[in-house]
Amino acid sequence: MPQIAQLAETWSSQVFWLLIFFGLTFFVIGRGMVPKVMETVAHRDSQIAGDLAAAKAARDAADAQEDAWRVRENENRASAQAIVAKAKDEAAAKSEKKLKAAQARIDSKLDEAETRIAEARTAALAEVESVAVEAAQDIVSRLAGVKVTKPAATKAVKEAMNHG
Amino acid sequence: MSAEQAKVDPMHQFTIEPLFGSEGWELGGTGLNIAFTNSALWMLITTVVLFLFVLGGMKRELVPGRWQMMVETFTGFIDDMLEANVGKAGRKYVPYIFSLFMFILFANLLGLMPLGVVGLHPFTFTSHFTVTGVLAIMSFSIVLLVGFWKHGLHFFSLFVPHGTPWPMVPVIAPIEFISFMVRPFSLGLRLFVAMMAGHVLLEVLSSFVIDGWGAGVGFGFLVGLPSFILMIGICALELLVAGIQAYVFALLTSLYINDAENLH
Repeated sequence: MPQIAQLAETWSSQVFWLLIFFGLTFFVIGRGMVPKVMETVAHRDSQIAGDLAAAKAARDAADAQEDAWRVRENENRASAQAIVAKAKDEAAAKSEKKLKAAQARIDSKLDEAETRIAEARTAALAEVESVAVEAAQDIVSRLAGVKVTKPAATKAVKEAMNHG
Repeated sequence: MSAEQAKVDPMHQFTIEPLFGSEGWELGGTGLNIAFTNSALWMLITTVVLFLFVLGGMKRELVPGRWQMMVETFTGFIDDMLEANVGKAGRKYVPYIFSLFMFILFANLLGLMPLGVVGLHPFTFTSHFTVTGVLAIMSFSIVLLVGFWKHGLHFFSLFVPHGTPWPMVPVIAPIEFISFMVRPFSLGLRLFVAMMAGHVLLEVLSSFVIDGWGAGVGFGFLVGLPSFILMIGICALELLVAGIQAYVFALLTSLYINDAENLH
């Protein structure tokens, strides 16, 4: 068994070179390289976790925005309906006002026309009266040969016309 | 050709042969020889192969390739083992346990490589108790250092398990102490014996194959062929043992470190 037979002459060499090479393995590979490998793994894990969290946050934000949009949309719709109703009311009020103004104008025109007609009638009546006065003077002078003054004739005509 | 020449010595594979430096190389003035032997050469090869293996996993890509994935699997495996056995405090031992596990694993596997086919002679330095002993003493020293540094003299309470009735303490404590002191021996000897036994078995079976066919075709089919088939199976078993022994060494070390870290 060489392990025992050669023990005296080889143990120092075995221990020495083992310490050299295992030391190299420990300090270069174990201390130098393994932490970097594990760091890469940890970095990847954290990145995956971060990405998942970001995706979840983005989804939550999207949901919140959709809710906010829905609320805003409803508000907008309500305000639009209010504006439409207001416009309708205003338009109705305006047309009513215009109608009223037009009515007033028509009424005033009618009144004016009526007064004009009344004036015309009085004017016509006055003319008829003066014609009747002259005719009455004429008739009296011809029939009775009496000259009737104009005021008297007028008085007589008025009385006659008033009595119908 | 005499029978003596054809004989295979199953122990010869463990012989240490100085490659160079056998004369003048001595450590300081102590007279201790530190010749660069075939054993040291395979330690060097193990270190270089392990370095190249881990280097391939250092690309630090976000999406790992196969090689990086493999290296990360090993580091993750050691990390998980320490976290399961020691807890959060175990993470700082990952470099040591990883070095230990991979060094032993690569040494075991490289020693099993069929390099004899191309004329090289693989040497399994983990089949030498001088080597496994040093590794075991290293692990045991870490346990002692961590234990006394963290807990001071309170570390001795390790020898009195929880719930021991006080009249039993004088009996239990020596038993616990002996079992504690046996740890480095069991740790080192287990690996040494497992590796040596496997290699001896393979060598003996190969001698059956050679001697069987050397004794004639009849013996060749009667002894040589079954031995060869058995050898193939044992080779697969040895690959498994190479992994298991490295795992057991690392696992027991982490369990002992757990004792030192957390007492019990």
